[in-house]
Amino acid sequence: MTNGWIDIKNTDVMLIMGGNPAENHPCGFKWPIEAKLQRNAKMIVVDPRFTRTAATADLFLQIRAGADIAFLGGVINYAIQNGRIAHDYVLNFTNAAFIVKDGFKLPEDGLYSGFDAESQLYDQSTWNYEAAGRSTEPKTPPALPPNVAYDPTFQHPRCVFQLLKQQYSRYTPEMVERITGIPKDQFLKAADLFTSIRKDGDLKKVATIIYAVGWTQHTFGTQIIRTAAMLQLLLGNVGRAGGGVNALRGHSNIQGATDMAGVFDILPGYLKVPNPNDVDYATYLKRITPTSSKPAEWESFNYWSNTPKFAASFLKAMYGDAANKENDFAFHYLPKIDRNYAWTQIWDDMYGGTVKGIFAFGMNGVQIGPNSRKNIEALKKADWLVVGEIYPDETSEFWKAPGTTPDEMKKIQTTVYRLPCAGFAEKDGAFVNSARWLQWKNVALPPPGDARLDQDILAQIFLRVRELYQKEGGRFPDPILNARWPYTQPEHPALGEVAREINGQALADITDATGQSLKAGQQLPGFAWLKDDGTTLCGNWLYSGSWTEAGNQMARRGTEDPSGLGIYPNWAWSWPANRRVLYNRASCDPSGKPWDAERRQVWWNESTGRWVGNDVPDFKVDSKPSEQLSALADGPFPEHYEPIESPISNPLHPSQSNNPVVRKMKTPLDTYGEPGQGFTVVCTTYRLTEHYHYWTKNNPMNVQLVPEPFIEIPVELADEMGLKGGELVKVSSARASHVAKAMVTRRIKPMVIDGRKTYQIGVPIHGGYRGIAEDAGRTSLTFANLLSPTVIDPNAYTPEFKGFLVKIERA
Amino acid sequence: MATGILQVKAISGHAGAPPGRGVQREEEVCKYIDVTTCIGCKACEVACVEWNDMPFQQTTFDNTYQTMPSTAWNYWNLIKFNEYQKDDGSLMWLMRKDQCMHCEDPGCLRACPADGAIVQYTNGIVDFQQENCIGCQYCVSGCPFDIPKFNGTTKKVYKCTLCSDRVGQGLEPACIKSCPTGCLKFGTKTDMRALADKRAQQLREHSGFPNAGVYDPPSVNGTHVIYVLHDITHPERYGGLPANPQIPVTYTLWKRVAKPIGLLMALFAAPVAFFHYITEGPKEAQPPSPGFGEPRPPEGERPQ
Repeated sequence: MTNGWIDIKNTDVMLIMGGNPAENHPCGFKWPIEAKLQRNAKMIVVDPRFTRTAATADLFLQIRAGADIAFLGGVINYAIQNGRIAHDYVLNFTNAAFIVKDGFKLPEDGLYSGFDAESQLYDQSTWNYEAAGRSTEPKTPPALPPNVAYDPTFQHPRCVFQLLKQQYSRYTPEMVERITGIPKDQFLKAADLFTSIRKDGDLKKVATIIYAVGWTQHTFGTQIIRTAAMLQLLLGNVGRAGGGVNALRGHSNIQGATDMAGVFDILPGYLKVPNPNDVDYATYLKRITPTSSKPAEWESFNYWSNTPKFAASFLKAMYGDAANKENDFAFHYLPKIDRNYAWTQIWDDMYGGTVKGIFAFGMNGVQIGPNSRKNIEALKKADWLVVGEIYPDETSEFWKAPGTTPDEMKKIQTTVYRLPCAGFAEKDGAFVNSARWLQWKNVALPPPGDARLDQDILAQIFLRVRELYQKEGGRFPDPILNARWPYTQPEHPALGEVAREINGQALADITDATGQSLKAGQQLPGFAWLKDDGTTLCGNWLYSGSWTEAGNQMARRGTEDPSGLGIYPNWAWSWPANRRVLYNRASCDPSGKPWDAERRQVWWNESTGRWVGNDVPDFKVDSKPSEQLSALADGPFPEHYEPIESPISNPLHPSQSNNPVVRKMKTPLDTYGEPGQGFTVVCTTYRLTEHYHYWTKNNPMNVQLVPEPFIEIPVELADEMGLKGGELVKVSSARASHVAKAMVTRRIKPMVIDGRKTYQIGVPIHGGYRGIAEDAGRTSLTFANLLSPTVIDPNAYTPEFKGFLVKIERA
Repeated sequence: MATGILQVKAISGHAGAPPGRGVQREEEVCKYIDVTTCIGCKACEVACVEWNDMPFQQTTFDNTYQTMPSTAWNYWNLIKFNEYQKDDGSLMWLMRKDQCMHCEDPGCLRACPADGAIVQYTNGIVDFQQENCIGCQYCVSGCPFDIPKFNGTTKKVYKCTLCSDRVGQGLEPACIKSCPTGCLKFGTKTDMRALADKRAQQLREHSGFPNAGVYDPPSVNGTHVIYVLHDITHPERYGGLPANPQIPVTYTLWKRVAKPIGLLMALFAAPVAFFHYITEGPKEAQPPSPGFGEPRPPEGERPQ
């Protein structure tokens, strides 16, 4: 979230799309409701199904799964055509005036300039800005850099604004209808309502966009979110109370997992993992440190220019005394990634025999999928599997997946170690919520029986591995032998100690620019104190400030809210720097006066010459042009591409239907379906309020609420099949089948997609072969992710769980 | 909201005024349910089961998100899910939390012949006292909302207590505490009614629901559970909420006419019986008459 949960109450219009917060974030959904009650805010919900969120909406549109960019591009087109953009905001806080190099080509044929068909990669240099040289000579707006060509009148044919306008002029209401299935009049109603906040040049009102994994789980997921960000920038909604682009994170701590390097190509705090071309520390730093091309007074707003400080402090936290200036802070200890090691690749590698074992903690790899059959087959080929869980789950019992005969079971050689772990209430530590708050929690009760804390299990494995390296040596023992392990009880590291290490400490007496000083051993007040010379250590620069000399800031529970905007600056601690709304500089006009005097977050105080306010001011403008272009893999402007399995060819460019940089997997189990093979029904997967992933089927209360898996089917399709609610249906993709009872409903309607009648169905993910109803033989034991395809977003590596093709028959 | 100690206002099957009646005045309580901001999350269902220590039961998928077809002796709080298609083709998914309405004129209490099995507190809560329940199930037929449910094993009838145990200690009912969106609120009847009227007005003026209104049916003298509905003219769309809930006339007659007459007759019967005993002697044991007075199939054991 750029903003936060509570901040939603400050909005005037909400677009909820690619998410179903009423069902999946019911507690947070209090705030959209609050906006309706207190401000008469309007809510637009766009979803493949009429969800419980839609039940409270002012306007609901049913969209075909995977057509989101077409819809959002259509809204951008509508906003530009109808003059509903925030001109001053766009000029000062975005790159709209910047001029792009000659030779750049928009994807009329589905491809941007620079595409190499053989490698399926883009040469992104053709997308860069034109250097220096101005096409016009106006007075210089202060926010614009002098060494990138720009045109503040937005008239230059190659300025970003004109290219963007041209790009989305193709997304007419008629085209939106063809692709999304949303009738033109309904689309126009939604586009008008959402952009109504900028009617007649008004800049006071604010609209927010709220989404979740319904946007990320596509082969163009990152680009959907980017389209939303562009729309919000054009409307001047980023950085403002009640605005922003707000990702609702699924698990209680998934934000924390990402911040702490949950993905293979990042280190904590989103530092990039080195690759083999980073031959030394200096080369690595040069690659990952962006240098701003803006005027000197803007330099300090580029956090990432401090990357050497973050990196050196991180390496000190990792390797302690073994990391020093002379040995490049033991940079050579860090593993280098030479290719993709994302989630789907791990399973592909195990299936291919190169990955021999896996530690599965806090996740159920068989159920998560995609293409779960492949994950089950991969586990059969592994030498060992370690599962840390609170229940016996499908992954630890992969060998009894449905369809496995007793003879086959006997042949499986994988050794499974099942470790009983502690549940969330049995551990302390911090949860990081969608609003980026680090909230410390206490232990409610000890783990039962033989269950142990996850950190104890991991610590003891580490210490034993280190012992083995000490005794027996190894190919490269140094990173293990020299890893910093300063905890009072090495076998039971207290999470409070780990949190203090993540915050960072001074390793020598240090002073900052203002002359304040810290003694060696003291906790750092924030990331501004980090040094690149080895005199500080810090596990994650973003979290610096969370546990200072004043104590555990994450445990704060102050309920003061002086602004009335729901900022609560003394409740827990928010990264970065306890700032609650990111980019809040943009809540003011260029002179520092809030766009809306009623929702004052920060402002420029002329008399003191300082930014002041209710939130921690953020001076960083949104788009910083840098000499190193930081672009997405699949294009500088989002373009609608069809899901890998789609009922139609892309109406924009049938010859390039899918995202050109997306690759299909190659194993015999990675098959993909086409309408010609009978796979004509669009299928999407989702979660229900009543269950939490694959856990709560072990809890009788949740099982009572929703006793077994089901498949949601439009009444019209059921009538064609002669199917009644409660009867069994079999849904098959090119990969596998799933059997469950039919829920026949009017909440999914037949759609007309590119002139053809098209059905969508929905499959909740919570089934499986382990749980109360499952063990009692009351369910079919198959589950949703047997159906989904292994194909991923090229930027975030998220699989396409939403919008693939199936056929459906009576079972 | 602190309401102090519960005070009995009316008692079923009991002659004379409840003891202590009129000594102390209490605020009347009320549960506010804004159906238009309910998201059907069922947190209230879970809170109800857990606070009241209800045993779990096995349910069966029935082509709906609704947990079970109706409330049960061990499930007092049920969200009813209804898909309603408007004339323009657009859909509404109506979710109404169903539970005891705590009528100001409670049909169950009117119908109940057992002394002290049903009490109505001065704060408006209608509560069943199972130790006094004789299992006759007259309350079941006396209720216009189909709320009291019979347990065939204990031979007693059960329903929502409006968490009288919590309210008596100054706490809100468990369902209210668990509600994430704030569509459930608890307070005095006056406050909740004012809040509901204001919300209905907002729905009429700003949300395109010209018929929005408050469900607080006068036919039972109002209820201590009130709903804000998108369309007050069609309460039946919300899972069978009656437009004009009526206590069966037999029970009205029972309480107001037949029962006093019966009591009077009993008064005359007593000396007659006494003389009959004196003249004829005690009754002799006889074999039971088979098939008469079989209990209804117990609710909890019916197939769902």
